[in-house]
Amino acid sequence: MALKIVKGSIDRMFDKNLQDLVRGIRNHKEDEAKYISTCIDEIKQELKQDNIAVKANAVCKLTYLQMLGYDVSWAAFNIVEVMSSSKFTYKRIGYLAASQCFHENTDVIMLTTNQIRKDLSSPNQYDTGVALTGLSCFVTPDLARDLANDIMTLMSHTKPYIRKKAVLIMYKVFLKYPESLRPAFPRLKEKLEDPDPGVQSAAVNVICELARRNPKNYLSLAPLFFKLMTSSTNNWVLIKIIKLFGALTPLEPRLGKKLIEPLTNLIHSTSAMSLLYECVNTVIAGQYSCSVGHIKSHLLCVQKLRILIEDSDQNLKYLGLLAMSKILKTHPKSVQSHKDLILQCLDDKDESIRLRALDLLYGMVSKKNLMEIVKKLMIHVDKAEGTTYRDELLTKIIDICSQSNYQYITNFEWYISILVELTRLEGTRHGHLIASQMLDVAIRVKAIRVFAVAQMATLLDNAHLLTGNMQRNGICEVLYAAAWICGEFSEHLENPVQTLEAMLRPKVATLPGHIQAVYVQNAAKLFATILKNQEGNTDSTAAQETSQMMIDRLPLFVQSANLEVQERASCILQLVKYIQKLQQKDVEVAEEVSALFAGELNPVAPKAQKKVPVPEGLDLDAWINEPPSESESEDEQPKAIFTKEEPKHSRPRHTEVDEKELARRREARKQEQANNPFYIKASPSSQKVYQEAPGVEHIPVVQIDLSVPLKVPGLPMSDQYVKLEEERRQKERAEKKKKEKKKRKEKRSGRGKKHDSGPESEEDITPAHVVDIVTEEMPEVAQEDQNRLPSPYLCRVKVCICMFCLCRPLADSEKLPVRSHRAAGAPKSSAEDGEAENATPQEPKKKSSKEKRDKKKDKERDRKVRLRCWKHFPPSGHKSDSRSTQSEGRTVVTFLVFPLPRKVCDIQGNLQDGSQVVVSVIFENKSDSFLKSMEFNVLDSLNSKLQRPEGSGPHDGLTVPFQLPPGVSNEARFVFTVQSIVMPQKLKGTLTFIVKNEDSSTHEKLDFKLHFTCTSYLITTPCYSDAFAKLLESGDLKSSSVRLEGVNMPFHHLLARICFHHHFSVVERIDSCASMYSRSIQGHHVCLLVKTSGQTVSIDAKCDEPTLLGNVLDEIKQTFSQC
Amino acid sequence: MMRFMLLFSRQGKLRLQKWFTSMSEREKKKIIRDMTTMVLARQPRSCNFMQWKDLKIVYKRYASLYFCLGVESQENELLALEIIHRYVELLDKYFGNVCELDIIFNFEKAYFILDEFLMGGEIQETSKQIVNRSIEASDMLQEVRFTDMHAQMHLVKHCDLHLWCEHVTSVAWLSV
Repeated sequence: MALKIVKGSIDRMFDKNLQDLVRGIRNHKEDEAKYISTCIDEIKQELKQDNIAVKANAVCKLTYLQMLGYDVSWAAFNIVEVMSSSKFTYKRIGYLAASQCFHENTDVIMLTTNQIRKDLSSPNQYDTGVALTGLSCFVTPDLARDLANDIMTLMSHTKPYIRKKAVLIMYKVFLKYPESLRPAFPRLKEKLEDPDPGVQSAAVNVICELARRNPKNYLSLAPLFFKLMTSSTNNWVLIKIIKLFGALTPLEPRLGKKLIEPLTNLIHSTSAMSLLYECVNTVIAGQYSCSVGHIKSHLLCVQKLRILIEDSDQNLKYLGLLAMSKILKTHPKSVQSHKDLILQCLDDKDESIRLRALDLLYGMVSKKNLMEIVKKLMIHVDKAEGTTYRDELLTKIIDICSQSNYQYITNFEWYISILVELTRLEGTRHGHLIASQMLDVAIRVKAIRVFAVAQMATLLDNAHLLTGNMQRNGICEVLYAAAWICGEFSEHLENPVQTLEAMLRPKVATLPGHIQAVYVQNAAKLFATILKNQEGNTDSTAAQETSQMMIDRLPLFVQSANLEVQERASCILQLVKYIQKLQQKDVEVAEEVSALFAGELNPVAPKAQKKVPVPEGLDLDAWINEPPSESESEDEQPKAIFTKEEPKHSRPRHTEVDEKELARRREARKQEQANNPFYIKASPSSQKVYQEAPGVEHIPVVQIDLSVPLKVPGLPMSDQYVKLEEERRQKERAEKKKKEKKKRKEKRSGRGKKHDSGPESEEDITPAHVVDIVTEEMPEVAQEDQNRLPSPYLCRVKVCICMFCLCRPLADSEKLPVRSHRAAGAPKSSAEDGEAENATPQEPKKKSSKEKRDKKKDKERDRKVRLRCWKHFPPSGHKSDSRSTQSEGRTVVTFLVFPLPRKVCDIQGNLQDGSQVVVSVIFENKSDSFLKSMEFNVLDSLNSKLQRPEGSGPHDGLTVPFQLPPGVSNEARFVFTVQSIVMPQKLKGTLTFIVKNEDSSTHEKLDFKLHFTCTSYLITTPCYSDAFAKLLESGDLKSSSVRLEGVNMPFHHLLARICFHHHFSVVERIDSCASMYSRSIQGHHVCLLVKTSGQTVSIDAKCDEPTLLGNVLDEIKQTFSQC
Repeated sequence: MMRFMLLFSRQGKLRLQKWFTSMSEREKKKIIRDMTTMVLARQPRSCNFMQWKDLKIVYKRYASLYFCLGVESQENELLALEIIHRYVELLDKYFGNVCELDIIFNFEKAYFILDEFLMGGEIQETSKQIVNRSIEASDMLQEVRFTDMHAQMHLVKHCDLHLWCEHVTSVAWLSV
């Protein structure tokens, strides 16, 4: 007995150590939880003892248990006790436990400040080291503030061991207590040149991290880092330095140039893949400047990346693809040439590699290769095993096809069949995605509806095939779309009765409720169509049979548990019963029934509602009925459920309140709404009233133009479209050639609007179904979302550190550890300078002189921007009032999609350079808001390109070099390079700008078209009659003629008009006959002989370029047809 | 910057966790769960990188143990692999032919080694010698129980040989 007691106490003395605990847990696999709970009880006992060794042992065991997932927060105080032990052995365990268990909200951390400070100043460097390490894991803003000064002192400790730890932890301190950055920075900078390589590398690490968040502050360190880079041989450090440069180069283009050489050297020489990869990445990131050196290094990178992708090492393959996707953003062409390789990667065993390759494909598609790529992907869909990867493929296919408003789809029949094929996937989660695509295409592409409806009918018919397990299968969402399309566009159905039958099968009742509801509703639409078809016939039995079928089948849905289904079904059932009754009396009902579903759906731009003018006399803000007073509604409503409801709205209330009273109330209500957090505030733009808006017809509506007739081939496979498409293109090409030949034969250059046939290019592929889809303004919310930073963590830091400028001398108030207040915004000026540098060099810098802020406060936040234009005239031309030309500039101008903002501009050839056209645009701010950050961008065509400053990408916009206060206008010029001038051209473009009010700013976008007429390539050039005669005699000129009928104006007016609009000059005029001359910027001579007799004007023209001549004549004709 | 390092076995048992930013227990548990399921589900000859939320996950298997490092998105993946490898080398040097059991029974040592190599999510020391030296020096300070434990450790290794045969046979990590 006594022995037992002794033994027990010895056990207590030599309690289980960590090893025993681990072994014990392993030996109690069956009842681990129970064993551990006894262990925790033991540990609690141990912690109660005074012996620090026992306590440390207990804490050590707790740390292990914490890792296994047990809560040990209750022992936080004991951990602090062990931390404060004077013995290193226990201190180490204590700090380890703290670093594992403590987090920002652990309250005992407050107690540790003094202990940590003591440890930091301990004579033993390992005590200090342990404290620093621990602190790096659980530093809080309070600790950071209190200890910043101590740590800063440690950065100059005699021992490198402490110095490097102190340097590293400084970064954590900066994050938690940003005010410490400025005072500590000089010392941190010193550490870059520390004799100890470890300290040096620590300092590089920290500065690299800081520079990533706010590179501007660290530009001044570039020379120092450059020296380090060229001297260092430590790859770990080199990688960090290169990364740092990667962050700095966007701010300082010269740095990029300087870096090319050392980077290419490294790429050539290094054997370390990590370093090579970093160099390649940095070179890619610096691609915005396109110097010769860069192009070379860029090629080298692409070449190296290809080698990486071809490598058998999966890691390198993955990274190669990842880097390629970065190149894709700036140089899509150079990636596209590696299409073969990327398609190969789709076959890789490794899913992450396949996913990366998929990402790349997204950016690589064009009209030409879309079908081919999607075909490949479809094969992969069939082969794919894991559903996640297959789902990913599916979404990618849809993403690729639908990107930028189906830009790359030339054949929508093909796309519909792809979607139908995708429905055969089992177990996909993306049924709704396919469904929404089907709906979208069917609604927006009118021409495809016949085909789509046929497909959907087949889908409905075979619904049982595609939904094995109806309820859980996501694919049945497709039936939702199918039923809706068949119902809505039922007039296109070949066999509506059969489809109706398919929609009312008993099996439908197993579908999810919302789909059944759509089935029922659309069955009714279908029924209406069928009635309409059948009533034309003499035999009325068919119609009655259909009604009978409805009456037979609908009760199934009336019994549905889903309320929506039930309600619709019973409604429709009663309706059909009534119809049947009428039918039996031989009453024609079809018209009335189909009137239930009349009206066509037109796709409308999201903001179109705003364009509808509010009818005169309608005040949307005025109450129709007097609003019930606050108290009334609060108190009475709940009662009303039980008592007899008071007919509030029928109570006559004469609202003969005067205007003033109304205005007052409106104001009060607005005030109230603004203060009410539950009231969804209207965006400022929604209150716009456009006085000038001409009317409803300006609601942007999708326009469809169909160039090939549609056929409905049975059940099509998407593959056959690839072939069909190829054939179609070939035919087109052949036709084009034929035309070309014809043209040449007939020597007529009149109507030819096709390009010269050359190698087939992207532009030449005409889509089978042209879909002019309205480019809508982006909803404002979406744009804000894009700007949002992905991680809140990053976000927070950005706010903190970026506020400090490191170049400013230290103020006394900023000395640590005193809490100092910061001066923000100092670096701003340099940001503006940077912007100015990025701006286009050829444009005059008209700056702040015009930035007179408008102080007028207008409560109506209606912003109207009108871009007015003017015309410059060639020096020899008629000096005329620019006002009048504004209205007549219509030959040059294309109106925008939106009725209000319109832009008129002058397009003029550049005499010095035959390939340049200068477009002057006047921007006039007609709104009451301040406009800034205007960016002018035009979608380049093969023939015409907007000249962008060196280094910007082909899709970058040009910054308009001024801002516009309200009511101010200003002119900007843009230079275009044009290759061929024989054809007129339309370029699409957008102007983006920020509208700034007193309290908000929104991003807006205007779409416009620039019409480069052939006339705009002509320059008025005087010509003497003898030279003119010589020119005509030379015989080099091809002739063409045009007759204008019904021109009712004096001859000199007519000539003036031609001179004025088409840049001609009169050479000679004899009575009703005149010769005129003009020259194109590329030196083509254009001669006209204009004769008039009565109301007929005939123009005989000669030019050395028949196509140009034909187009100019067309334009002249147009000018006169408009008057 | 690195965010965390996890070591776990093929069975998904956590052997070591190091968090370089302060995080609540709940977040930690979620990450651990996600990482183990994601990494263990990987096919054998796949690449060592994954994307997870805004982080890059770099993992590598050494014998029965997975080393998993979560780094921020701008970090170099290959460098992260090197970091893992360097840590394994350091462990190997310290324990001498390290195996999973060494880490289980001396998990605090594994932490100490890691703390000398990485700190606050950055590399602290790139030289193996210096890291080893500082660990040795701290161990010297930890007078009493160190030698004791070391002996015990070897004892454990050999006593449990028949039990933990799987782990011990896969000792030669670095040959993988």
